[in-house]
Amino acid sequence: MTSTHAPIIEMRDIEKHFGSVIALAGVSLDIYPGECHCLLGDNGAGKSTFIKTMSGVHKPTKGEIRFEGQPMHFEDPRDAISAGIATVYQDLAMIPLMSVSRNFFMGNEPVKRRLGLSFFDHDHANSVTMSEMRKMGINLRGPDQAVGTLSGGERQTVAIARAVHFGAKVLILDEPTSALGVRQTANVLATIDKVRKADIAVVFITHNVRHALAVGDRFTVLNRGKTLGTAQRGQITPDELQDMMAGGQELVELEGSLGGTV
Amino acid sequence: MSETAQSPIASDERIKEMSGFRKALIRPELGGICGTIIVFVFFLLTAFDSGMFNPQGIMNWSVVSAQFMIIAVGACLLMIAGEFDLSVGSMIGFAGMMIAIFSVTLDWPVWLAIITTFIICISIGALNGFIVIRTGLPSFIVTLAFLFILRGFTIYLPQTIERKTIIGGIADVAQGDWLAPIFGGTILKGFFQWLGDNGLIETFERGTRAGQPVVDGIPMLIVWALLLVVFGHILLTRTKFGNWIFAAGGDAQAARYVGVPVNRVKILMFMFTAFCACVFATAQVMEFGSAGADRGLLKEFEAIIAVVIGGALLTGGYGSVIGAALGALIFGVVQQGLFFAGVESSLFRVFLGVLLLLAVILNTYIRRMITGER
Repeated sequence: MTSTHAPIIEMRDIEKHFGSVIALAGVSLDIYPGECHCLLGDNGAGKSTFIKTMSGVHKPTKGEIRFEGQPMHFEDPRDAISAGIATVYQDLAMIPLMSVSRNFFMGNEPVKRRLGLSFFDHDHANSVTMSEMRKMGINLRGPDQAVGTLSGGERQTVAIARAVHFGAKVLILDEPTSALGVRQTANVLATIDKVRKADIAVVFITHNVRHALAVGDRFTVLNRGKTLGTAQRGQITPDELQDMMAGGQELVELEGSLGGTV
Repeated sequence: MSETAQSPIASDERIKEMSGFRKALIRPELGGICGTIIVFVFFLLTAFDSGMFNPQGIMNWSVVSAQFMIIAVGACLLMIAGEFDLSVGSMIGFAGMMIAIFSVTLDWPVWLAIITTFIICISIGALNGFIVIRTGLPSFIVTLAFLFILRGFTIYLPQTIERKTIIGGIADVAQGDWLAPIFGGTILKGFFQWLGDNGLIETFERGTRAGQPVVDGIPMLIVWALLLVVFGHILLTRTKFGNWIFAAGGDAQAARYVGVPVNRVKILMFMFTAFCACVFATAQVMEFGSAGADRGLLKEFEAIIAVVIGGALLTGGYGSVIGAALGALIFGVVQQGLFFAGVESSLFRVFLGVLLLLAVILNTYIRRMITGER
């Protein structure tokens, strides 16, 4: 994926300070529609802070965010959502006690009017939920099935399908695979691939190099609040990525003692 | 998408087919429905001849159940939104006392006294909610503080103003008022007179009320209870706001991330709970014609018990208004039924405790089946 068209988000020299702690020290990144941009980094590298500035949770201390060419100042997550930037958080995506269709339309409930009052349009919500889930390859017992009965991978998929259905142009996935089994991870990665093909930009945060290489078009590594550079698919090997994430030589020593299993 | 394209995912061998009957049975209200059936069978067998199921008897436990229902609806919606209100009982005492002070001591028209009291109480509900949201403290603690604050004022104010803790004479000042009958009146009087005249229900044979039916109408208290149950049920299950109530209690942060105004939902539910307490208090004051400083004692727990018997989850995000109403019905029937059955009334508490425990165990089991909790 090369820059034949304009980036949908440009982040320029983003800095974020929390008191005396510098969480981000000037990170720049471009994201294009239809690409899966993997953001890698070890714990504490600043991945979460960075995506939170992108999704409107944090305001950057310095730097510029341009969305579709226009400078943007998100006051809160709702601004980002209405602009088309949706974020799926690892464990805060869904409410397990509620049904799939109630979750799917949470915050965007369809209404119908009866006798001058507006009511939740369950028929519409249920049929849309069932068809969207079928597209993603999830077979529900019924739209009233509680999310708690779904597996972790299925929950992530429901959250992704929800964001796509409500018109996300940029989908930020915060470690969607980190708590999942092998099969479920494969399902989520397949979902990411489907979303990307719909010309939506995907920002995929992970610290698993293999998951990133499976679907990523470009890879940006963060370390200690800075980018260590962005690589195209095919220009970088898994080992190089792994080394960059861990800050190089320490891992080489570790890897020696662990027999190359990390 | 064609049928054949779906077939690879059309069945998962690990999902057991559920029969329609089982599916209809597995619902949050099941515990409440079972409890109601058990309680009615029990009293039909043990107290059928005692007058519990003649018109007067039915009216007796219906009124008590309706009282529980009014506060249970508020407590139920608030609990589903993830919060508690322990100040409900004190609010009932406080609201009643306010009406008495305004109308009797200060000589205001009763309608003005009622409306002012509603405004004060709903504002206190909003304050409860505001403090909970702003400080992030558990609502258990914040409303516990208001339990004492409001009860304290309820005792202090009449003692300071009238030198007593019960203010009477409300019935007299409420004569001819337009708003008071909406809380203390009865409806369908003509219908019950007709029933009496045609021998369908008994009439008084002697005394000043000779010829009048033993039950002269449906008290407004019951009307309020049914209206609030229907309103609460529709709000919760059929509206956008209802979805927000579930979301706010299920996981406030996840709800905020998708744009649900969680704080507004919670504060509104605190206000609605205060409104329900106020309806209860006004109806009680109009019925008794007086306000006492000890009114509403322990009502907050009785409301919570009714809600939990009805299948709601104490930690929020799950429950049913119909279930809570059934919980209130069980509560009222048991309380009055033991009296009809001639059982020592202190056993009411034993019975209630056992019932609470059984209902919660059954409800937990049902909920796990529905939501896949482990």
